[in-house]
Amino acid sequence: MKLSLGPVLFFWERDTLMQFYADMAEQPLDIIYMGETVCSKRRSLSLDDWLGLARDMQQQSKAQVVVSGLTLVEAASELSSLKRMCNNGEFLVEANDMSAVQFLSTLKVPFVGGPALNIYNGHTLAEFIACGMQRWSPPVECSAHIISSALQQLDELGVARPEVEVFAYGHLPLAYSARCFTARSENRPKDDCDLCCIKYEEGIPLLSQEGQALFTINGIQTMSAEVNNLLADFPTLRNTGVDIARLSPRAQGMADVISAWDKVRQGQQAPLAVQGCNGYWHGRPGMVSAEEVGLC
Amino acid sequence: MQLVCPAGSLPALKAAVRQGADAVYVGFRDDTNARHFAGLNLDDKQLENGIAFAHQHNKHVYIAVNTYAQPEGWSRWQRAVDQAADLGVNALIAADPGVLAYASKHHPQLNLHLSVQGSATNAAALAFYQERYNIKRAVLPRVLSLAQVKHVASQTSVPIEVFAFGSLCIMAEGRCHLSSYLTGESPNLCGVCSPAKAVRWSNEEGELTSRLNDVLIDRYSEGESAGYPTLCKGRFMVNGQRFHALEEPTSLDTMDLIPELAKIGVSAVKIEGRQRSPAYVEQVTRVWRAALDSYRQAPEQYKVEPIWQQTLAGLSEGSQTTLGAYHRSWQ
Repeated sequence: MKLSLGPVLFFWERDTLMQFYADMAEQPLDIIYMGETVCSKRRSLSLDDWLGLARDMQQQSKAQVVVSGLTLVEAASELSSLKRMCNNGEFLVEANDMSAVQFLSTLKVPFVGGPALNIYNGHTLAEFIACGMQRWSPPVECSAHIISSALQQLDELGVARPEVEVFAYGHLPLAYSARCFTARSENRPKDDCDLCCIKYEEGIPLLSQEGQALFTINGIQTMSAEVNNLLADFPTLRNTGVDIARLSPRAQGMADVISAWDKVRQGQQAPLAVQGCNGYWHGRPGMVSAEEVGLC
Repeated sequence: MQLVCPAGSLPALKAAVRQGADAVYVGFRDDTNARHFAGLNLDDKQLENGIAFAHQHNKHVYIAVNTYAQPEGWSRWQRAVDQAADLGVNALIAADPGVLAYASKHHPQLNLHLSVQGSATNAAALAFYQERYNIKRAVLPRVLSLAQVKHVASQTSVPIEVFAFGSLCIMAEGRCHLSSYLTGESPNLCGVCSPAKAVRWSNEEGELTSRLNDVLIDRYSEGESAGYPTLCKGRFMVNGQRFHALEEPTSLDTMDLIPELAKIGVSAVKIEGRQRSPAYVEQVTRVWRAALDSYRQAPEQYKVEPIWQQTLAGLSEGSQTTLGAYHRSWQ
């Protein structure tokens, strides 16, 4: 099993990002995704800065470096920037919108299909593979059962499987909106947001009126409140045909998270239970922990 | 601009046709469409009747097969496409590239419309569906500002349909898993959001509370009007404040924008609400027909009549309306 580091989904200062990636270059990672996937107004690094950082990372680390594209592509400037990223000529690109799939398939370059692309079955997988997709990161709401059934369906169609990468650790990216909820929480209009999400290194918790943590507000993105953690499910990840476990960056403690996953993939027994949620993997509401509701 | 109206039943379809809809969109009675609610949608016989009725009146019928196929249910989606073609609908509304590929390959004569669930928000995404599946129209997600709709329309040869009135998704359609995170069922896979079977109303300490899979979505004091607990429209706590952190219960109403939408070259305006009653469909269709006709007859003199607004306001969620993302300040 390979380990990947997903793109940073939060808005961090330039220095924080630089330090984070300097630390990550030392980690036992096989793939590192870099780039802004949530909001084009977050420019602590420009596209050229990201590509430069990706080049540095490629020098310092053995990991494959992939650049990740924006998910909700609305403005003309966003589309042209994404096109330029797809044309970079050096790095594999993770497509998170159909516009990127269109650019990359026109260029006839292979790409990664990110979790924001709606690929849920073998027939749809075959369509994307025909366009050049070589790695599939299923939508985060997919269960092990859906993923394995889709792969079997693909086998029946006689199409070779892509690499399969599951979102295995981190706050789940659940939804995208035109509205910025961080700005809304501060009573600011989106056009005058003052990039206020920079203040929240892991987003803002959204709780029910009873104090139950439900979601995490991260600009135009809404994430899970719970951290999705499939480490206790490691044996079934393998049996399902998953090649890569994606670990999504958090503000603190990523080296420890990577180390725990690295030990398990090296043969140490997976823990029986971990903190966080894993309901989606078990075909249940994403927020639940299968161990707690007695599924394991 | 064509007026495209919803029907979750045969009476609603007939009401829409009678009140002047140019096209009515419907769904089968299963999870192949994004309004998979108990008791809703048309069975085979009703579909045949409805299509015959619409065609007699020279109106079109579109059928939505617009959820994403689960691997084990693939044959259901395949059958839905075949059946839509056999029924002679004027267009199939779909989102899943696998479904679109099947339809374009096996039924090349069938007009394909890209569903709003396809999340195409820019010209390059539209080009993908046009080049691969020969789509004849695309419904844009309700996340674009008017200026962005205009820009997208200017950059594509795909005719554009936009949402004009009805319930408002705050999230980009096709890109929201909030419902499955709380309940296990999502619009993409199951055709439902905040499913009714997960809803529980109760009276707790004198307050009406609404829960979704036991999660408190909202509580109402006496006299406060309560709405269906769609999870993005609840009141939550953020930074110690209780408010509608994602969206208020409100409806989209773009009647003011008819002249601008027409100038942009929008081909069709869509009314949301297959889950609504025939009476609702009848009233909304009548008012929108009047507005579109008024604009067509005298574009320069167009203005929204107070009676239209009153009628629509009475039908709107929370009795509030908004221009939504079309108006930048909403974002």
